[in-house]
Amino acid sequence: MVEFGGWEMPLEYTGITQEHLAVRTAAGVFDVSHMGELEIAGKDALAAVQSIFCNDAAKLQPGQAQYSAILTELGTFVDDVIVCRLRSDHFLIVVNAANTFKDYGWIAARAGSFGDAVVMDATSRYALIAVQGPAAAAVVQPLTGVDLASLKYYSFAHGEIANVRGTVSRTGYTGEDGFELFVPPQQADRVWQAINASGEPHGLIPCGLGARDTLRLEAGMRLYGNEIDETTTALEADLGWIVAWNKDQFVGAETLRAQKAGALTRKLIGFELTDPGVARHGYDVYVDGSPIGKVASGTQTPTVKKSIGMTYVPIAFAGHGQEFEIDIRGRRAHARVVPLPFYRRMSP
Amino acid sequence: MTYPATYKYTKDHEWLDVSGDRGKAGVTDYAQKQLGDVVYLELPATGTKLMQGQSFGTIESVKAVSELYAPVSGEVVDVNAALKNKPEQVNADPHGSWLIVIQLANPAELSTLLDASQYADLVK
Repeated sequence: MVEFGGWEMPLEYTGITQEHLAVRTAAGVFDVSHMGELEIAGKDALAAVQSIFCNDAAKLQPGQAQYSAILTELGTFVDDVIVCRLRSDHFLIVVNAANTFKDYGWIAARAGSFGDAVVMDATSRYALIAVQGPAAAAVVQPLTGVDLASLKYYSFAHGEIANVRGTVSRTGYTGEDGFELFVPPQQADRVWQAINASGEPHGLIPCGLGARDTLRLEAGMRLYGNEIDETTTALEADLGWIVAWNKDQFVGAETLRAQKAGALTRKLIGFELTDPGVARHGYDVYVDGSPIGKVASGTQTPTVKKSIGMTYVPIAFAGHGQEFEIDIRGRRAHARVVPLPFYRRMSP
Repeated sequence: MTYPATYKYTKDHEWLDVSGDRGKAGVTDYAQKQLGDVVYLELPATGTKLMQGQSFGTIESVKAVSELYAPVSGEVVDVNAALKNKPEQVNADPHGSWLIVIQLANPAELSTLLDASQYADLVK
């Protein structure tokens, strides 16, 4: 067990590699109840959300979700989040565990200025169970009346799961198809047991934080505290696609527009080690012999057995094939910039 | 898994299988379980002179990296190069996967190591 964002969580159940491969080839179930849930409601909730978050929430119909972020005036990350539109004037924001209180304070300080919009910390009302992998739909469908075949990626629906009232969302953090189930904490155990029972014939196994990290890294997904934080901008993190440039105003817009116009000096890239070893979070990165930063995330990937990671490099060195070095405990290992993500699932 | 009765052990979870004035060194079943899936080994070159307790390399799993410590002083006279390409062998057969062979410089050091039952107690 490890401490994570104030929660005691399993790093692994049967082994990171086994859990990782189960999600890539069959299915895995994760208890991600540590994630925070904030709700923003009121007739001016949309206006508040549009200003506080960088993506365009007006595009969302009730029942749809999007990846978004809360940015500072400098365009850097307060947090990266999933915005779910429950009703036209009611949003559920799924935030990183360690940032829940910070995000709540940030939103509360701003929401009031839009008129009728309030924010509530609803974290204690939700347990969150993620079922991920190509067999996820086959595992979950027998337990719910929600028609999963018609539930599109980044959509959600309310219903029962193992006779527990909850919400089924087709989202995840693994690069596979899958679902995240929002259920009351008091009944989460029943749902967890039902998923394990339903999943066993499909090869589903419980997965911990370790596999969650290697899976998301292979899928090129950013982790708050590693790739993104209050020192990195959305453009530097190569997340310009979650910035709604057509919105008039949102926090951080001015800095990002300047950066987009040509002032971008560094960028997050994916790399692969060409020498043996594993480049881990915090290891020093060198270009032409000069230190230029630290590894954001790195691991040996269980799927393709390569040593991969993400780091920021000066924009001049961000091209695919560019070579640089990483100091692995006193040894300079060679690395090469490669396209993100490292893993992309086959259709659908 | 039982700990071979003929091996000697360190508190740092290495084993030493002594034969004459040489000893094969590896990591214990307890160590591989703690580490999880081993993905990389960094081992010394033959000819490297080690002091007892000195780091002679690293063992890396998906979740962590750990130092390897010499159970006894001596010269590295052989390195298990075959493990480089299949480090997962350490998980599958920890007590059969020797990492290096040490030419003992001071056999008296063997008395400072644990025997199998003492080691089994340590990790119980």
